[in-house]
Amino acid sequence: MAEKIATREGYGNALVEFADDYDFVVLDADLAAATKTGIFKKKYPERFFNCGIAEGNMMSVAAGIASTGKTVFASSFAMFAAGRAFEQIRNSIAYPSLNVKICATHAGISVGEDGATHQCLEDIALMRSIPNMTIVNPADAVEARAAIKAALDYEGPMYIRLGRLAVPVYNDPATYEFKLGKGICLKEGSDVTIIATGLMVDMANTAAKMLSDEGISVRVINIHTIKPLDKDIILKAASETGALVVAEEHNIIGGLGSAVAETVCESCPVPVLRVGTNDVFGRSGKVPPLLELYGLTAESIAEKAKLAITMKK
Amino acid sequence: MEHSRINELKQIAAKIRLGILEGTHAAASGHPGGSLSIADIVTYLYFEELNVDPKNPKWDDRDRFVLSKGHTAPALYGALAYKGFFSPDELKNLRNINSFLQGHPDMKGTPGIDMSTGSLGLGFSAACGMALAGKLNKKDYRVYSIVGDGESQEGQIWEACMFASHYKLDNLCLVIDWNGLQIDGPVAEVMNPTPYDTKLEAFGFNVISIDGHNFEQIEKAFKSARSFKGRPTAIIAKTVKGKGVSFMENQVGWHGSAPNDEQYEKAIAEIKASM
Repeated sequence: MAEKIATREGYGNALVEFADDYDFVVLDADLAAATKTGIFKKKYPERFFNCGIAEGNMMSVAAGIASTGKTVFASSFAMFAAGRAFEQIRNSIAYPSLNVKICATHAGISVGEDGATHQCLEDIALMRSIPNMTIVNPADAVEARAAIKAALDYEGPMYIRLGRLAVPVYNDPATYEFKLGKGICLKEGSDVTIIATGLMVDMANTAAKMLSDEGISVRVINIHTIKPLDKDIILKAASETGALVVAEEHNIIGGLGSAVAETVCESCPVPVLRVGTNDVFGRSGKVPPLLELYGLTAESIAEKAKLAITMKK
Repeated sequence: MEHSRINELKQIAAKIRLGILEGTHAAASGHPGGSLSIADIVTYLYFEELNVDPKNPKWDDRDRFVLSKGHTAPALYGALAYKGFFSPDELKNLRNINSFLQGHPDMKGTPGIDMSTGSLGLGFSAACGMALAGKLNKKDYRVYSIVGDGESQEGQIWEACMFASHYKLDNLCLVIDWNGLQIDGPVAEVMNPTPYDTKLEAFGFNVISIDGHNFEQIEKAFKSARSFKGRPTAIIAKTVKGKGVSFMENQVGWHGSAPNDEQYEKAIAEIKASM
């Protein structure tokens, strides 16, 4: 079984790894131990600034620092970054297109025991609607590291969605290649395509194996960059497999499922079924039963895939 | 300051006031009241205090100015135009679809604007970020920010005050434009943020209170702020909303409405008479 590491851990380690090669500072809002910016703080205390529990101020401060030419990483939980500080991100960072990387951890239902107030299931929808914003949702620690490197090489605002939960590291760091804005076809197939992001990519692979045992040929695509969306890989899948299932740890409204549906509707209409939380708030619990309760499993992906195939014209 | 220099500054402030009236009249929208209240402070900043270069607006070592009360952009546009960042002819195109003079400051579109602002409460935090970066990069530049008295009702202003004080940003100078009026009425009636002096002192600021239309007091305050070390300075500037136009002064209705043709003629005649 693959080693398990949280994407937030990959982020914290990447900050340290790239610290000497890039000129950046890191801001946090009293969650450094949890967001893993604490790993960076320990090694580079003079480049780390705690803003206290004041996320709105932190985002506008980040904009001010970035306006002087420095790259800024600003971290908090997704709920308090994309949620609490939405307007500061929109007006202070995105409108002037400043070089701030918002690295939001504890996204999605897999926060677990803290429950609904901390389980941000709306952040992709919020960030996707802001012009100039790029959104990356890494699936494992290797992809998270690559996303941070890409963020450093990219000029402009970026929202990087990271998880609390330790998840299997299935990418090989020696061979993994990350291209901002490009999806990755993990498995070829012709009957249906599963498009997944973040935590759900591993489940998409499992679902594909389950379906393949039943004689169904499934294509699996990992979309790490949600905006700008890799329309080519999606439209190709739509035209070649004729049915899509999109899986994300997010409300089915406004996230990757919506983005894919919007894309195929305009150019190549095919059935698009969404796996995500069904417009409900989360609750406290251990992560595996929570994922089960909200239908974020390989089984529900497989079920939707079979349904999508029956809907093909 | 020499008396002749004060007169020169008064002339520039009058030209900026004419620009505010011209722009809002032409656009038939905008915020003349709060623009007129900060005209003297903005004049002093751009013509005495700030180390800026109109030929090199993005110069790394420049002093920065953030108009946190972004709706009073017409005053800032006037100062930038007469300083030479762009032609004063542009002022009449305020809020026009073909102009770079947006309703609220846009750092990407307008030469000399250091931060996009407009949503109240955000600008001063950005000024804190610039001041922190100055310390970090061992730069000598200073950062100035004007916050409205109504704007200080935003909680983020006080988050930023905590931040400025915590990081000992003595290269940062906050100016509160205390004109006493906001859209819905007197600030003290809508949601009273006073006392400013003891509040800001409690937040760790070096506090100076002045008449925001008296150039000698303005000069003394900014000089004192520059030499004060270890903590940020806040200048509480008592001002008159609509200053310079008799029928606009202290009238809440002139917060966000533009003069019509008749009012415009009367207003510019008053300003010109003062020159």
